[in-house]
Amino acid sequence: MSAASHDAHHAHDDHGHDHDGGAHGSLKDYVIGFVLAVILTAIPFWLVMGHVLPSNQMTAIAVMGLAIIQVLVHMIYFLHMNSRSEGGWTMLALVFTLVVVVITLSGSLWVMHNLDTHMMAPMPHDMREVP
Amino acid sequence: MAHAQTLTEAGETRFHLTEDHHPENGTLLGFWIYLMSDCLIFAVLFACYAVLGRNYAAGPSGADLFDLPIVAVNTALLLFSSITYGFAMLSAQAKKVPATLIWLAITGLFGLGFLSLELYEFHHLIHEGAGPQRSAFLSSFFVLVGTHGLHVTFGIIWLVTLMVQVAKRGLGVEMKRRLMCLSMFWHFLDVIWIGVFSFVYLLGALK
Repeated sequence: MSAASHDAHHAHDDHGHDHDGGAHGSLKDYVIGFVLAVILTAIPFWLVMGHVLPSNQMTAIAVMGLAIIQVLVHMIYFLHMNSRSEGGWTMLALVFTLVVVVITLSGSLWVMHNLDTHMMAPMPHDMREVP
Repeated sequence: MAHAQTLTEAGETRFHLTEDHHPENGTLLGFWIYLMSDCLIFAVLFACYAVLGRNYAAGPSGADLFDLPIVAVNTALLLFSSITYGFAMLSAQAKKVPATLIWLAITGLFGLGFLSLELYEFHHLIHEGAGPQRSAFLSSFFVLVGTHGLHVTFGIIWLVTLMVQVAKRGLGVEMKRRLMCLSMFWHFLDVIWIGVFSFVYLLGALK
């Protein structure tokens, strides 16, 4: 019985280490992530420094798109994000944060852009009404 | 009798799950939530830069100021430090103390290189009269990039602290947990830097 319980312990320990290994990732993960990150960094620098695309707007969209892809690559291969870690709580926290980030960014830009367009240079007849 | 045995074993298993396994997960989840709150700080600073980043007050714009080759080198340094930290984690998992220390030291050197290049850039900008008080664009630029640099600074201090601890105490469970927290912090800073170099430097140099 004692041997059996020892085995159970051992199995449990092994399981624990396996779990750790999953959370830390492997050499292959890091190398794949690194190669992808290098490519996804080199392309936007090349696009901007070499003036490759015809218009600035296209370059801007490409740079931001590549940045989003690279963030995902870092999340998956370096931070080892997946929907299973910590019983899904890390993913939930991430999704919640992303929602707040999107509201903050788009809300600020929207409101401030609106203010900008309404704040034209004051006309002479407006100036009289300014207290 | 057999029934009693299974009960004890089940009890033991449960005991190990709560006492041995859970606290480790708790720390990492808590640290992750800290990182998410840090992410909100950076989101606010990015929003600030997005709103103010075109208000030059007749001063220099990003296209006049940014030196993209320096930014490219900085990005490379941070990226290299990310993978060397990954190697440090792999060595720590394999319980190799000297290898872990060497990889951590290399990571720290890359971090220092990044920091000194950034300080050089800041010094250069301020010397040219493009300091944080010049325009709203430069204020928000210095706050955003400076906050990131401050995070890297504290990351390096933390890294040195952990190197001393690893050298003294070896690679126990606690030490791996601390290394794991710093790993998340360090990779997180690299993720923020992707936003900085894409949104601030590359898009700023376009117009």
